[in-house]
Amino acid sequence: MMTSDSNTAVEAETVLTVRGLKVRFDTPDGPIEAVKGVDLDVKAGETLAVVGESGSGKSQTMMAIMGLLAANGRATGSALYRGREMIGLPMKALNTIRGEKITMIFQEPMTSLDPLYPIGRQIAEPIRHHRGGTAAAARARVLELLELVGIPEPTRRIDSYPHELSGGQRQRAMIAMALANEPDILIADEPTTALDVTIQAQILTLLQSLQKRFGMAVVLITHDLGVVRHVADRVVVMRRGEVVERGRTADVFARPKADYTRMLIEAEPSGEKAPPAPDEPVLLEGRKLRVDYSTGGGFLKKAGLFTAVHGADIRLRQGQTIGLVGESGSGKSTLGRALLKLTPSSGTVLFNGRDISDFDRKAMRPLRRDMQLVFQDPFGSLSPRQTVGEIITEGLYVHEPQLSKAERDARAVAALHEVGLDPSARNRYPHEFSGGQRQRIAIARAIILKPRLVVLDEPTSALDRSVQGQVIELLRGLQKSHGLSYLFISHDLSVIRAMADYVIVMQAGRIVEEGETAGLFDHPCEAYTKALLSAAYSR
Amino acid sequence: MISFILRRLASAVPTLFIVVTISFFMMRFAPGGPFNLERPLPPQTMENLNRAYGLDLPLWQQYLRYLGNVVQGDFGPSYVYRDNTVDQLIAMGLPYSIRLGMMALLVALIGGVAAGTYAALRQNSLTDLLVMSVSTVGVTVPNFVVGPVLTLIFAVLLAWLPAGGWGDGSLRFLILPTIALALPQLAVFARLMRGAMIEALHADHIRTVRAYGLPPRTVIVTHAMRAALLPIVSYLAPCAAALLTGSAVIESIFTIPGVGRYFVIGAINRDYTLVMGTVVLIAIFVIVFNLVVDLLYGLLDPRVRHE
Amino acid sequence: MSDLAQMPSLAPHAPETRGRSLFSLAMRRFRRNRAAIAGSIVLVLVALFSFVGPLFSDHAYDQVFPSYVSVPPSLSPRPGAETLQGAMESAVQRARVRLESFTVEGHSFTATLGADQPIDPRTTRYIDRANEFDDTTVKETQEDGRKLIVEGRVTREYFPFGTDSNGRDLLVRVMLGGQISIAVGVLASLVSLGIGVVYGATAGYLGGRIDNVMMRFVEILYSLPFVFLVVLLVVFFGRSFILIFLVIGAVEWLDMARIVRGQTLALKRREFVGAAESLGLSDWQIIRRHIIPNTIGPVVVFVTVIVPKVILLESFLSFLGLGVQAPLTSWGALIAEGANNIQSAPWLLIFPSIFFVVTLFALNFVGDGLRDALDPRDR
Repeated sequence: MMTSDSNTAVEAETVLTVRGLKVRFDTPDGPIEAVKGVDLDVKAGETLAVVGESGSGKSQTMMAIMGLLAANGRATGSALYRGREMIGLPMKALNTIRGEKITMIFQEPMTSLDPLYPIGRQIAEPIRHHRGGTAAAARARVLELLELVGIPEPTRRIDSYPHELSGGQRQRAMIAMALANEPDILIADEPTTALDVTIQAQILTLLQSLQKRFGMAVVLITHDLGVVRHVADRVVVMRRGEVVERGRTADVFARPKADYTRMLIEAEPSGEKAPPAPDEPVLLEGRKLRVDYSTGGGFLKKAGLFTAVHGADIRLRQGQTIGLVGESGSGKSTLGRALLKLTPSSGTVLFNGRDISDFDRKAMRPLRRDMQLVFQDPFGSLSPRQTVGEIITEGLYVHEPQLSKAERDARAVAALHEVGLDPSARNRYPHEFSGGQRQRIAIARAIILKPRLVVLDEPTSALDRSVQGQVIELLRGLQKSHGLSYLFISHDLSVIRAMADYVIVMQAGRIVEEGETAGLFDHPCEAYTKALLSAAYSR
Repeated sequence: MISFILRRLASAVPTLFIVVTISFFMMRFAPGGPFNLERPLPPQTMENLNRAYGLDLPLWQQYLRYLGNVVQGDFGPSYVYRDNTVDQLIAMGLPYSIRLGMMALLVALIGGVAAGTYAALRQNSLTDLLVMSVSTVGVTVPNFVVGPVLTLIFAVLLAWLPAGGWGDGSLRFLILPTIALALPQLAVFARLMRGAMIEALHADHIRTVRAYGLPPRTVIVTHAMRAALLPIVSYLAPCAAALLTGSAVIESIFTIPGVGRYFVIGAINRDYTLVMGTVVLIAIFVIVFNLVVDLLYGLLDPRVRHE
Repeated sequence: MSDLAQMPSLAPHAPETRGRSLFSLAMRRFRRNRAAIAGSIVLVLVALFSFVGPLFSDHAYDQVFPSYVSVPPSLSPRPGAETLQGAMESAVQRARVRLESFTVEGHSFTATLGADQPIDPRTTRYIDRANEFDDTTVKETQEDGRKLIVEGRVTREYFPFGTDSNGRDLLVRVMLGGQISIAVGVLASLVSLGIGVVYGATAGYLGGRIDNVMMRFVEILYSLPFVFLVVLLVVFFGRSFILIFLVIGAVEWLDMARIVRGQTLALKRREFVGAAESLGLSDWQIIRRHIIPNTIGPVVVFVTVIVPKVILLESFLSFLGLGVQAPLTSWGALIAEGANNIQSAPWLLIFPSIFFVVTLFALNFVGDGLRDALDPRDR
């Protein structure tokens, strides 16, 4: 395996050598081998991506090297930083490397900074500890760093607390802290996963430019192949605690050797959807839909008003899939719920040509079987105390109460078959299933009523890439066999491109652009759409 | 900051008003009165007494009169301790209760925080087990058991310490009541601190400071403990108010002349003014300590700083 | 975890595997918790002791034994042989005869009485009059009636826990105290559960302004000094057993209402409730099928917290002399009595305290066990 590295053109010095690294966690249910003998080399100045899905052990490998494992975890094997063994090193000695030679940034910028101290103080802490010097000198250095990572008004922001900064700014502050002592290696653990796409792109660009400037090596831990392809020199692919493939990025992407790598690359959603025939009837139409939320209102206190959706127009035809795109807080989910009359709104909603704007819950009930909803979080959307059978037949109680127990059971078996689950699943409980399986259960609950419209609210966002692909295939198949219409809400442009024939882009509660998928992706007009697209596809 | 304090104090006025009103009317609707003794008084004496204390007036007049007096800080004469006004009784008893309460609060706070921190840092060790067992005892066994048992052991059997009384107020007299009073609170502080400290040590930002090679002292004291103190500070308000206003149980076990007993004595004897006086006193303590704690919380946590 | 490997592996499963519900998982976790199991056993034993125990004792809880005031606990019967001798002597003296011999065997005695004149057989009444002796009959008359051999039953009493200062059997009183403390604990918890669940669920589900007003009311009640409220209610309502648990329940419901409201609010935001709504379920169907089953866990856990709290509160009231009235008693009242006689009769403090503390500990362990077993974070 290691031979594939040796054809690097200029042999750079290796700064970190990991051999046979194992990580074991003792749990009440017995020991778990999270990392099963990993070999890695990090060369000076390069970007190495460690790729894998959740549970692949990619983060735990780095935590073990940094001595950050949880109390029940134990690392064995070897990790040499410039010839110094880091595994098993006493904390005092380890602390001369951590934060000085090797630094780290984390996935959650919200929680990785101490909420009780100003960021300036937190950034100064490792400087003063490792380099010494006066408080004033450290402060000057922090200002310089904040400027460098592009935080506006550094002289003011240096005394801000983390909660006063946005997510992107916090991650910039983390980067400033990581750069403070000009480290040899920067480990970035999913640094952009928790951020919106446009911000993701900015952070990655910043990291790249800083790497050039400081000449450090970057170890990028990620599940996102798009990021890897764009920024990494070399890739290591991990699965279930083992390295399954390694090599130069271009080689791995062009000629993946391991089946798993190939599957990961192919799991990038592909394909496209043809628009429905122009004479298909309009199934759902919203005109000038507006949703207001009251905020902060209390007892005898006047509530503020927040408009989540500002007058949106949308027409969904039979058999069509509209992709609704936007970043968090853009109002896309609210619009979906307003169209289903699950959230109070003003404006007009027509379903199947009928004006349902003034329908209350009772009047909506008979219509509910035709319009279904699938949620993002497959963990929260299934009641933990019902069996899968009870969950998926719940709609039948409401809409086909005349069915006998046996008939209901038969329908449940059929629905489970259709979503690719074993019918024996209906006697089990949701907590016994994985995320992807749960999402299939949620889909079975929606289609058992044979609806005409399904609103899919980020149905794949909580799933690993490989599972995402399967769920997308399932949804496509169901659309074909039942002639369903989808409203597909997502922040993930690659999924939208594969699923939808028409795209609506939302920003801050307003529709900023819409059009047929191919046209919009190839020739976006609005600046915001362009930014979104370039953030998602330039990498 | 100052406007925050003023606003909070202003908002305490309606609370106090409601407390006074509810307790006034509850007390009055209860059957019996302060002069219904076991051997009934002659009707003439009864009438005179009622007139002397204004109990012959219609209830609403009594209420308004009482309210008016309370606003001026006058809680009226006591019915049981006929020679004293309620203000005098409180002034006499409060110093004892506060002195004992302060000692107990300090013991509970320092002991609890230290024990909890230590247990959290040595999680699942023998020390941890010991701290947790003692705190389970403290939380489970009420002080009206702890007090007499302590007396039995240290005063009756070993005869090391006096069984009760205030004596000259020296430490010897205070040790047992302080322990009995502090133990349950110490146990609560220890549990809170241990839990909060463990949670804090697992927080992402603690991982960050460890990843940057900062020494354990910085990690634990500067970052983890400050976060872990937040729940302690929240609990401080009800705890301090309860300890400083005297405990009826401890004061009766150890025969200490504090204000804690007044409430029970007052309630049993229908001493309206005495009960009302203690209720208002407790309510004021609760309000003041809540305010103090909120300010303290603001100092510790920038997210809730009061403008 | 990736689905890839798990998907096909589901198929070969036995076709009708029963899933393990969260409840059965919780029970399994609970059974593995030794402290909790031990706690449950102790609770059952204490309950049996309190409720079944009195059937095995022929002393009533209010029965006064004037001869045995404040006797220390002992496993041997009372009175002892010497005391009996003395009692017989004084009885015989009252009858103006001599006691020539006296033996006790188990529950019967034989005495030989002598006098200078023939003894009236009715003299036995003098002996019967003593507390210790009963059914005295003349067995034999000797020397023309100047010597009587009498037999009779000795009333000997067992006081393994000793007696109180009124001469009542402490064992039976501790049993009675247990009955009252446990009954108050359970009943008051049920009262608080009933009020709290209805109030909290209503506020949480209706939400908005109604919720605001209802919760403000709870906050005001909270701001009243809590013990004060109980004391006043007890004084106000009187001190009967039923009223005491009603009063305690009426105070303790505040926490329950808050917890249930919080749960309901959180559940309302859960996606599966949204899913049920989008399936067209009515409010009532959602409450019945989704809200209630998912609130049960936390409510059960909270009840195990409330029961010891209530027992404690009742004892506290009794300690202050505001609990059930004599001759009824509860553990708290017994402990108060013990605390007052600590110098002369420490057993009065020790026995009730042991039962009280053991019960509280057991409840604590059971509560912790249930919380660990039902805690959703554990999943």
